Amino acid sequence: MQKLLKYYKPYIPLLLLMLFFLIVQSLSDLFLPDLNADIINNGVLKSDIPYIWRTGLIMLVVTILLAISSITIGYLSARSSMAFGRDLRTALFDKVQSMSQGEMDNIGTPSLITRTTNDVQQVQQGSLMFFRMMISAPIMMVGGIIMAIRQDAPLSLSIVFILPIMLLLIFFLAKSALPLFKQVQTRTDRLNLVVREKLSGIRVIRAFVKTAYEEARFQSANADLTKISLSVHRLMALLMPTLMLIMNISSIFIYWFGAKRIDSGEMPLGNMAAFLSYIMLILFSLMMASMMFVMLPRAFASAERIRQVLDVEPSITDVDTTDTAIGDFNRLEFKNVSFKYPGAEEPVLENISFSALPGKVTAILGSTGCGKSTLIQLIPRFYDVSSGSVEINGVDIRKLRLTRLREYIGYVPQRAFLFRGSIAENLRYGKEDATETEMWEALRTSQSEDFIHAMPEGIHAPITQGGSNVSGGQRQRLAIARALVKNPSIYIFDDSFSALDYKTDSRLRHALSEKTITSAVLIVAQRVSTVLNADQIIVLEKGQIVGKGTHTDLMESCEVYREIVYSQVTKEEVG
Amino acid sequence: MSHKDSSQTTPPKRRGPMGGGHPGMGAMLPSEKAGDFKGTLRRLLSTLRPHRAVIIIIFVLAIFSTAFTILAPKVLARAFDIIGDAVIMRFATGSGDLDYTSLLRILLIVAGIYLFSAFFNWLTHYTMAGVSQKVSFSMRQDIDKKLAKLPLSFYDKTPRGEILSRVSNDMDNIAMTLQQGLTQLISSITMIIGILIMMLTISPLLTLISVVTLPLAALLTARIAKHSQKQFSRLWETTGTLNGHIEEMFTGHQVVTIFNRQNKAAAFFEVENEKLYRSSYKAHFISGIVMPAMNVLNNLGYVILCVVGGIRMVNGQMSIGDITAFITYSKQFTMPITQTSSILNTMQSTIASAERVYNLLDEQEETSDAPASDFPEKTRGEIEFIDVDFSYLPDEPLISNMNLHVSPGQTVAIVGPTGAGKTTLVNLLLRFYDIQSGAILLDGIDIRRYPRDVLRSYFGMVLQDTWLFSGSIRDNLMYGVGDHVSEIPDETAMISAAKAAYVNHFVKTLPDGYDTILSDQATSLSQGQKQLLTIARSFLANPSILILDEATSSVDTRTELLIQKAMSKLSFGRTSFVIAHRLSTIKDADTILVMNEGKIVEQGNHETLLAAKGFYHDLYHSQFRSELDEAI
Repeated sequence: MQKLLKYYKPYIPLLLLMLFFLIVQSLSDLFLPDLNADIINNGVLKSDIPYIWRTGLIMLVVTILLAISSITIGYLSARSSMAFGRDLRTALFDKVQSMSQGEMDNIGTPSLITRTTNDVQQVQQGSLMFFRMMISAPIMMVGGIIMAIRQDAPLSLSIVFILPIMLLLIFFLAKSALPLFKQVQTRTDRLNLVVREKLSGIRVIRAFVKTAYEEARFQSANADLTKISLSVHRLMALLMPTLMLIMNISSIFIYWFGAKRIDSGEMPLGNMAAFLSYIMLILFSLMMASMMFVMLPRAFASAERIRQVLDVEPSITDVDTTDTAIGDFNRLEFKNVSFKYPGAEEPVLENISFSALPGKVTAILGSTGCGKSTLIQLIPRFYDVSSGSVEINGVDIRKLRLTRLREYIGYVPQRAFLFRGSIAENLRYGKEDATETEMWEALRTSQSEDFIHAMPEGIHAPITQGGSNVSGGQRQRLAIARALVKNPSIYIFDDSFSALDYKTDSRLRHALSEKTITSAVLIVAQRVSTVLNADQIIVLEKGQIVGKGTHTDLMESCEVYREIVYSQVTKEEVG
Repeated sequence: MSHKDSSQTTPPKRRGPMGGGHPGMGAMLPSEKAGDFKGTLRRLLSTLRPHRAVIIIIFVLAIFSTAFTILAPKVLARAFDIIGDAVIMRFATGSGDLDYTSLLRILLIVAGIYLFSAFFNWLTHYTMAGVSQKVSFSMRQDIDKKLAKLPLSFYDKTPRGEILSRVSNDMDNIAMTLQQGLTQLISSITMIIGILIMMLTISPLLTLISVVTLPLAALLTARIAKHSQKQFSRLWETTGTLNGHIEEMFTGHQVVTIFNRQNKAAAFFEVENEKLYRSSYKAHFISGIVMPAMNVLNNLGYVILCVVGGIRMVNGQMSIGDITAFITYSKQFTMPITQTSSILNTMQSTIASAERVYNLLDEQEETSDAPASDFPEKTRGEIEFIDVDFSYLPDEPLISNMNLHVSPGQTVAIVGPTGAGKTTLVNLLLRFYDIQSGAILLDGIDIRRYPRDVLRSYFGMVLQDTWLFSGSIRDNLMYGVGDHVSEIPDETAMISAAKAAYVNHFVKTLPDGYDTILSDQATSLSQGQKQLLTIARSFLANPSILILDEATSSVDTRTELLIQKAMSKLSFGRTSFVIAHRLSTIKDADTILVMNEGKIVEQGNHETLLAAKGFYHDLYHSQFRSELDEAI
């Protein structure tokens, strides 16, 4: 939490102003019962009507002062808390944007999203509550005690009895309720999980005739949730009545002892009502403060999660880069590259050396988990090599400015990712000022022309979040078109043809070869047919290169390659 | 579990059990209105009917509890009077005794009143918890029962998140209102009436003074509430936009960086973030005005009360106890009023939730099932399509006049480009959808004459979309064994099925073996391993007819080979429908259905289709065979 406090810094003047009004608010609040006592003691009992009017007027002024300060506090607290939240969000967003893939993997994208959205909201809500209620609670409590003592010191001793009882009760209830609340949450999650699985597996469930089984599963989750909710609510049913009872019984005792003090002439009658008001104020503040102890831990937990993100030091930055011009692309080279995920024992890639030249297609083949994707992700510096180097035109890419390096590269990820917006807007990611002609050309090459034509709005057709309104194959083709619009020097296709059927796949690759005459093309693939015509096929096995050459070379020299080929083709077809 | 819901991060609508009574919290809910408020309310109340007796008791308890709370200050006023009388007497005559016996008696009575009130209050909420939980339990059960009866077409057209939010958010909302809203409403109304009566018995004039400020207060809160609702709905809107942007940019991080779009993303973020800041501080500020404004009005009334009361007391028209009692009442008066208005507010959103739940419950169910008569445990697996017509949408015919005969043990392959609608046939065979005309016969009997469960128990499915649920591997494998089976397979049967599907080996390498719990986070099985598990599941289920969807991209080729082998073992001797992506694997199929754009365009075996030089011919030759032939 302390680390986040610095984000309050720009708002210190606002906060100081707020503190001032908080004090004014508390004082006015405390002053009112006192005035009321005065009205009774000096006005009513002495039949002094002008005094009553006068004091009444003062009360009104105090009331208005109270309102003004409360509203100002409301404004200042909202403003500073929300500004604090805004700044935190910006800091988080910028931080995440500067992260490399490795750092994102560490925390996980979904978690980063919740931290930037929900956790910030949690913290800013906590901050608001803190300013509005918690700061004033101790002021009110201390002030209330002082005022109560002023009304009648001996009677104030009653606080010594009442407070511990209240505290104990609240503590006891919170202690037994908190674990229950947690359980309610887990069981709610459990119920939601059952429903979510049921919805996603509806075909399987019905095909296996498991409806009854699923109903039983739901019923038990439902019953579990109901049971725990019932205990929570029954426990919480105790809270208000007991608190009220303690307050009320306390007031009865005060009546009794107060009567004795009035009787002996040690306390004026009007002070009794005022005293009671102060006791109630104290107890009320106490309740508020203890409420905070329940609410704040959540905000603290969120703050901690936010801090973890802000503490990440991006490892891949522009710090060591020089802005050297290296001219037109003529060579991409891996020199003895090894890569190990931070903290991992085994390297993912070991001693990888090869080069990719303009106009040539390099294919990378291997089974799942052999390090293919990792290898090509080293090129745009999603990760940095552990040893060796990746070079463009003989210059280590770590010496290039990141934006410059990435200008060379057109990358089509495994999971084609489209942004919300129109198709044209997505294509313009590749090139901001791309003309319609350029875009149509890219669409033609990527075999997307037909289905775009079929859409009434053409390239202005909307894409929903994640591209969920087009099929997987269409998504891949659009992602390819986007890279084509960029017209980069290095194309990287990370298994980007997987959702295409063979026919489209082969047509696309033919069209592509005409567009990439001056570019180096790197293709990660599973299907042998995709890589057959590559100028160079690199076969990876457990992070090492076990074969390098054309299809014909490898059919002769590389056992792993032959295995892969035969696994995809029945013997007679090859023979 | 292979499916993660891509539910968007929407602002949470949940109110914790403790958050219900918070000032301004009610105003934070976006204003939603039910279409048919009265009808839905009536229906919601009718679900409470079985608990009628208990609810009446609860209401009586709540009224008692409130009545006692209201009574207390009035009785306490007598105590104050006893003290006051003594003081005034002494003031006037110089001596006066305090009547301690009466004081003690009154205080004891008040203590009793408070005790009863607290006890009844607790009993009210305690009992209400039972009712509300029972009602929400059975409502959730109703939803689940309904889900089992809805046709597949409903699931295909309704987003998953929407159904999910009925079960969670909407039900939460309803449960919360049942728990707190009803009792609060009753006690608030009792309180308003009770306090009004009490105040009137003490002093009609002062009552008039305190009631005069009421319309003012109501007007003020209504005004503010209207403003703040507008701000809050703007707040939700901007939150949605901003969160959507965050989600999108974070998940697309690689793409954003590769295209050097970080600055653009940050610029958009900056603008939306600023908007969110503005709308949120305004919303919170405005909703925070209500309390202080009410306070001013309260205190204004309070001052007037003091002045008028003071004057009346000086004139001897009121006792000191009466004034203190009256002040207590007038202070308590505003509370139930604000509470009632906030309850009515949440009630609206609850009714909207209830309406959504009822809409789900009113959805059209599957056509009624054939009566369960004696159907055998196994079939021969002979399938016949006679003049079948089918379409998902009335004006877009997909399958027309389809005829097909499949003898027991034969294999039917379904091929076609991506998105050609190859799952349609599966939908028809398992009666996920019903055909419009013609008939599909299984062993000579129309499939509509089988109860759905019986029909489906004859089939086994292995889909690309590998659905496993969170539970142990053992439970997942045993999942396929239907309730209709007379003999539950034992451990040996399970292991041999696992061996046949090539999963035994890798399951044994897992630390807990077959008891390994599959869940989203804990285990990282590869896609291929998951698919092998679903094959093992089908081995155990031992169906007469198989539907196989070949694996495509997400599996590496050697695992794919394994899957291929396991599938052909599984389909041996059974009637099989294979959705094929690689034509080489289905050359030997007895019948090949070629689909394109949802329709069956060709039908025949490999040789006849090739000879026809049609779509299949093209498809076959575009595949790598020719390329590979040249290359090798």
